[in-house]
Amino acid sequence: MENKSKLSILTNGLIKENPVLVLVLGTCPTLATSTSVINGFGMGVSATAVLICSNIVIALLRKIIPDNVRIPCFITVIAGFVTIVQLVVKAFAPALDKSLGLYLPLIVVNCIILGRAEMFASKNGIIDSALDGIGMGIGFTLTLVVMGSLRELIGAGTWCGVPILSRIMPGMSIMTLVPGGFFVYALVMAFVHYITTDKSTIREGFGCSDCAMQDDCVDGSGCAKGEVA
Amino acid sequence: MAKYVIIIISMVLVNNYPLAQFLGICPFLGVSKDKESATGMGIAVTFVMVLATAVTWPIQNLLLDRFGIGYLQTVVFILVIAALVQLIEMFMKKNMVGLYKSLGVFLPLITTNCAVLGVCISNIDSGYNYLQSLFNAFGAGIGFLFAMILMAGVRSKLVDQSRMPKSWQGVPIVLLTAAIMALSFMGFGGMFS
Repeated sequence: MENKSKLSILTNGLIKENPVLVLVLGTCPTLATSTSVINGFGMGVSATAVLICSNIVIALLRKIIPDNVRIPCFITVIAGFVTIVQLVVKAFAPALDKSLGLYLPLIVVNCIILGRAEMFASKNGIIDSALDGIGMGIGFTLTLVVMGSLRELIGAGTWCGVPILSRIMPGMSIMTLVPGGFFVYALVMAFVHYITTDKSTIREGFGCSDCAMQDDCVDGSGCAKGEVA
Repeated sequence: MAKYVIIIISMVLVNNYPLAQFLGICPFLGVSKDKESATGMGIAVTFVMVLATAVTWPIQNLLLDRFGIGYLQTVVFILVIAALVQLIEMFMKKNMVGLYKSLGVFLPLITTNCAVLGVCISNIDSGYNYLQSLFNAFGAGIGFLFAMILMAGVRSKLVDQSRMPKSWQGVPIVLLTAAIMALSFMGFGGMFS
């Protein structure tokens, strides 16, 4: 029983509560860095590292942090880890640093991380929070890799730089540009909606009651409430 | 003067934040349901962007760079923005009740809006001077407002009144709308070289 619940925390983030496709969090980095598989993977791994570390630290500090100032505390913890990841990437993967550019420091405002800190890590123990971070991170990375694969395959005819489709047809570079990003995201999300409609898991837990901002939210007009719910 | 006009026009049309640079997508998708809240959010973001730039630019150039602690940029900027938003909210609540009623709802959401942190960092990265940074932030805000109003207009007319497959309802159809809007904004791409 114990093991099963631990496993379900881990697998929650993959499909059922996929942060990007079901919870609709972290849309900016998803769209911006899924231009190719490598970029998407790099972004996913960086965000996952921050997510796991910040989840652990916030779970450790959850009883010390006063409730009124928890958001600034969370942001400080997250910003610290983002800076670490930023410096590590800059030192060991300068090419990735160049292609992610502005979006690397912007992990700090990635709503997935703050959302999980608020929704999960501030209420659960260390191990559960770490597992939640791993699961969510894998879900995020997986989505980015899938979107990156689609965009790179159609847009440039390659996968991870290896030419595949480019021998048969020329790449449609629009897919690696901005409109292609929105289009592929829409397609993937509609597909997930399509395969999960009868299981009816997708619409649960996307109301205001599960929202990270619900305490700050005055009447729900400031969020995507009712969008999917 | 022409330089500043070019900065603003290029930020509004060519480098529009939500439609060409993927910044500020969350409010762009979430708050664009009706025109009033879209306008309110757009104005609030513009306001915070200009103020945040006005504060973070001197911090970077006079403090962080001078003492060689530029690596603290992310931490310092996000804390400054969070504190600033809180301060604006408190100030508005006390002194500008009318404005607070129309914009106050959006202020807590702005802290985690990547467009605000994005404009502060990109001002530093592109080496703008103080005045150029302020104009850049203002242009980015106006561009965001422009995209929000366009999106709200399209959504109220098209998205909410048309029939579509069930799996496309909600966010996917909005993303598709955004794709078409982004496509048309690409037409501005060659305006400045």
